[in-house]
Amino acid sequence: MREYLQEISALTMRWVRRLSREKFSMLFTLVQPMLFWLIFFGNLFQRAADTQVVQAPTYISFLAAGVVVMTVLNNGLAGGVDLLFDKENGFLERLMSTPIHRTSVILSRFLFVMTITSLQVLVILGVAFLFGVRPATGFLGVAVILLIGLLFGVGLTAISMALAFSVKSHGDFFSVLGFLSLPMIFLSSALVPLSAMPAWMSLLARFNPMTWAIDAVRPLILSGWAAALGPVAMVVVIMVAFDALCLYGSAKAFRRAMG
Amino acid sequence: MMGRAVAIDVSKLGKVYDGVTAVQDLSFQVYAGEIFGLLGPNGAGKSTTLRVLITLLRPTTGQATVLGHDVVREAEAVRRLIGYVPQERAIDRFLTGREHLLLLGDLYHLPKDESCRRIAELLKLVDLEGKADLPAKTYSGGMKRKLDIACGLLPNPKILFLDEPTLGLDVQSRLRIWEYIRRLRERGITVVMTTNYLDEADQLCDRLAIIDEGRIKALGSPSELKTALGGDTLSLTVGEADMGRVELLASALKGLPAIRAISTRPTGLEIRVESPEKALPAVLEAAGRLACRLEFIEYHRPRLDDVFVAHTGHAIRSEFPEAEE
Ligand SMILES: Nc1ncnc2c1ncn2[C@@H]1O[C@H](COP(=O)(O)OP(=O)(O)OP(=O)(O)O)[C@@H](O)[C@H]1O
Ligand SMILES: [Mg+2]
Repeated sequence: MREYLQEISALTMRWVRRLSREKFSMLFTLVQPMLFWLIFFGNLFQRAADTQVVQAPTYISFLAAGVVVMTVLNNGLAGGVDLLFDKENGFLERLMSTPIHRTSVILSRFLFVMTITSLQVLVILGVAFLFGVRPATGFLGVAVILLIGLLFGVGLTAISMALAFSVKSHGDFFSVLGFLSLPMIFLSSALVPLSAMPAWMSLLARFNPMTWAIDAVRPLILSGWAAALGPVAMVVVIMVAFDALCLYGSAKAFRRAMG
Repeated sequence: MMGRAVAIDVSKLGKVYDGVTAVQDLSFQVYAGEIFGLLGPNGAGKSTTLRVLITLLRPTTGQATVLGHDVVREAEAVRRLIGYVPQERAIDRFLTGREHLLLLGDLYHLPKDESCRRIAELLKLVDLEGKADLPAKTYSGGMKRKLDIACGLLPNPKILFLDEPTLGLDVQSRLRIWEYIRRLRERGITVVMTTNYLDEADQLCDRLAIIDEGRIKALGSPSELKTALGGDTLSLTVGEADMGRVELLASALKGLPAIRAISTRPTGLEIRVESPEKALPAVLEAAGRLACRLEFIEYHRPRLDDVFVAHTGHAIRSEFPEAEE
């Protein structure tokens, strides 16, 4: 157990160290593009968006939940990238030739990605706060938002790692990611409520895990516990199943790649 | 050689990657305390063999034990006893040399002070003390290789596996690394390395396996392998005008007592001879009689090149280090 902790903390610190060495990427990790979505879209569509349709006092308060979950999506889907590079340059092989538990490298990655994601979510909620968005469920609500983010993020990161272990080249990896991420965003309730979508889009969006996560986060911000409890309970159950499925798939991909 | 302790025992090992056979039916032993080489051209299956031994690949057929532990069933025990230096420079550009070693220290579960003590020692051994706290992206190819080797030595392994330790290095760095490897042997470490340089195999390895197309073609110490070829080599370069008479010369020499084998080359003949004193006069006499002018005569003891060609039917492709990309 002591050995396990020693290796996990060393591997996790490596990711932290790498991030701190890449000054630019560090900056852009904190001031991420998602923040621009919130600020620019939020203010840009303030007049264009009908508060009657979005059912929120301001468009930015409606958008906040979407941006939170989009951040989780982007971080999760990109979570495997560094492992892909490690696999390609042989560093992963070096790590795996040491007497570490076979799951340690992966676990360290989860820890790191989840920590960064949680920090970013807090930054987003903080910025939204500056634009007058006060989460209706208070600090406890924010904690629940982080929990939903973690549950969704684990599954996404698992998908990303599975992809990293299975692809032949990193070109493939980035094409698949690019292909996945935009439709996931537009075919969800991130930017517009399902009721305002064309029928075929809202049908597709209903099957998107993004939508479930957003529909639980949004009432936590906009409405209060009474409206939020139902969707939150449901999304927790669904996400646990989603995570189990993704983790199973990524464990299989990992075992295949590592002989 | 008899009765030496066996460090690694490989028996009928085979590995197939989705339909591609990388190695098959490999059997060999590595003795404790020796430098053992796997010599072969690109794609021969050297890295594959090594990866099976360090437990990163499961063999498709056969088995292998490292210090008595099966590489599949007791992989964990094997990993605790070995060090590994991969073929690719497995370096994280953003970490410093010291951070690489500290990370590995934790992965081998060394206590902090023990880890720091060994790191200081290793940095000195590979001459990286001055650069230890710079990020690895500022290192030259040779420095990265040295860091690689230090990483492989950190666990204080009983056996060190090195995959092409000098690939792409300049001559001085290669000699330095050979020197380190010999020093490791003095410290009692068993070294298993792959190479596709003949001179490296010849000068560094105590014993080697020549491997080509996934099979072992010959096994033994460099001098045993050379002696086993039988005889020295006499190369004749024939004047261009007289190339027409080469076949005639060959048949005149065939069957003479001191001559073992004759093969025709684009520039003349290559003759395997028993002893130069008897063979040389006979060759000169026959050439004179046939008026076949010899431009150049070269006589040499068998080299590893000859061994390689004799066992694989072709020359190993790269004999000189390629330039660093
Ligand atoms: N992961 C893999 N998937 C499929 N085929 C592979 C894989 N790794 C190696 N091979 C194939 O197995 C054979 C042996 O490869 P290996 O890497 O062991 O050769 P090598 O002797 O180390 O060559 P080199 O000198 O180029 O390093 C080659 O034909 C190679 O194409
Ligand atoms: Mg190789």
